[in-house]
Amino acid sequence: MNEPLDPARDTPFDSAHDKPFDYAQGTPLLDVQHLSVTFGSPTPAVDDVSFSIARGETLGLVGESGSGKSVTAFSILRLLQPPGRITAGRVLFEGRDLLTLSEGEMREVRGAGVSLIFQEPTTALNPVMRVGDQIAEAFLVHGKASRADARARAVELLEAVKIPEPSHRVRDYPHQLSGGMRQRVMIAIALACRPPLVVADEPTTALDVTIQAQVLELLRELKARYNLALLLITHDFGVIAEMADRVAVMYQGKLVEHGAVRDVLRHPAHAYTRNLLAAVPGAR
Amino acid sequence: MGAPLLEVRRLVKHFARKQGLFRAPSVVKAVDSVTFAIDEGEMFGLVGESGSGKSTTGRCILRLIEPTSGEVCFRGENVLQFSAERMRMARRDMQIVFQDPYSSLNPRMRVGDIVEEPLVIHRLGTKPERRARVAELFELVGLEPGHVLRYPHEFSGGQRQRIGIARALALNPALVIADEAVSALDVSIQAQVVKLLLDLKERLTLTYLFIAHDLRLVEHICTRVAVMYMGKIVELGETRALFASPTHPYTKALLSAIPVLDPDAPRQRIELDPTSFEREAPLREIGAQHWAAV
Repeated sequence: MNEPLDPARDTPFDSAHDKPFDYAQGTPLLDVQHLSVTFGSPTPAVDDVSFSIARGETLGLVGESGSGKSVTAFSILRLLQPPGRITAGRVLFEGRDLLTLSEGEMREVRGAGVSLIFQEPTTALNPVMRVGDQIAEAFLVHGKASRADARARAVELLEAVKIPEPSHRVRDYPHQLSGGMRQRVMIAIALACRPPLVVADEPTTALDVTIQAQVLELLRELKARYNLALLLITHDFGVIAEMADRVAVMYQGKLVEHGAVRDVLRHPAHAYTRNLLAAVPGAR
Repeated sequence: MGAPLLEVRRLVKHFARKQGLFRAPSVVKAVDSVTFAIDEGEMFGLVGESGSGKSTTGRCILRLIEPTSGEVCFRGENVLQFSAERMRMARRDMQIVFQDPYSSLNPRMRVGDIVEEPLVIHRLGTKPERRARVAELFELVGLEPGHVLRYPHEFSGGQRQRIGIARALALNPALVIADEAVSALDVSIQAQVVKLLLDLKERLTLTYLFIAHDLRLVEHICTRVAVMYMGKIVELGETRALFASPTHPYTKALLSAIPVLDPDAPRQRIELDPTSFEREAPLREIGAQHWAAV
């Protein structure tokens, strides 16, 4: 079933369907160019990775543990913890290189420009703060609303992410909500300042399959409603097939294949992608 | 085929929640009258979402959790009536592989000792014989026998799960309960461990109770499958029949929620309407070898 990987033949970017970004359409929303990240070991965690995302587009970034997909996401938002360090590359967001911004300017970008949804809503939410206050905090930090106004908008957001009885739920603490509901709160926080780009790192991996279906459906609706671009990081090709316009496959820190989701799923060009698809239970 | 290897009848496990300062005492019916049977050599899937009671069922069968009531007949004998000593003996034939390859192996023990421990507990063989058996088991699950002196942290997740499998196989069991045994693994590693489990099934004539939440995987490898929802089996049947014509509203909702690999496949998500079925409805035969609680 598994063909061995031949580094000589399967060089990165041998993909038949990788098309460079069409600049005639204007600049992409996010343009990652030659990003490299190291954690101090001889092999880089992210090795010369380039991709772009247009407004309203969903790019699926897929790979197994240790492939560097989450490190890529954290690097874009400059949330890497030492010893992690970006060694090369540019991260152009709306034309500005995020890697050259001051920490103050970067704080503006996080949440208002690019926001992040984590895998595990239980650890990402503050357990001793009411969920309404956590959503309101997003407005207040960015000076986008007064305190009273922020409360009201928290209720609206809970309604937008389809939490029943939002005016009551704002007063709940995270432990009073189910896993699916907590992930909806995370999404509400991510959307609070209407960022054009959301990075979702395995947003449904911790959820049961029926809850996952509901959360994916919600993400699809919100994307259409707010014209959101989504960088969706996952290990699940099924989720990619349902959500993504394009897909980029990472393996050992490198982007090994990149293309339209139909092309990559139907005619994977890289041996690693073929192996990965063949390993999905029930895949033919 | 003769009598089933394992027969679970009306198994019940209630957990009492103690009265709290502001809370009345209550009972959680984790397993609520579960009945099924597994034939020798079968790969039987038990699926459900978190909290459905599937893992509790697995643990009750081995009496790692003491069930509240019911019967668990292994080769025709009700193990729930066994004395502690007799139960220990019975567990030689019934073993479990746990989900988390990180927490299920003692980090301070050498992996060779971990695999040898069941033999020591059951006082089987001399030291050299046990060592030889450990080397044989390492080989069997695809591990380097030279690595017996290493510690668990020196192994990857997939290798650790192989160590867990080797430990489960040490006593030559007839039944292996795989409790989400491959759920924590990356998909390519998962494929390798699944292949190993299927391989071992043929070579050692094992019977599996395969507890999982991943329906795609269960569809791929199990001969029959039971779907659990809130402590009850709501549907049971041959895998092909059950996936082709799911009948219980919960099974329908569950199967429709699986993301499919084809971006152009029509998506018809079925939401579960809890009022659309009777929770206490008994299983009834709705087709050949196919039961549903409708």
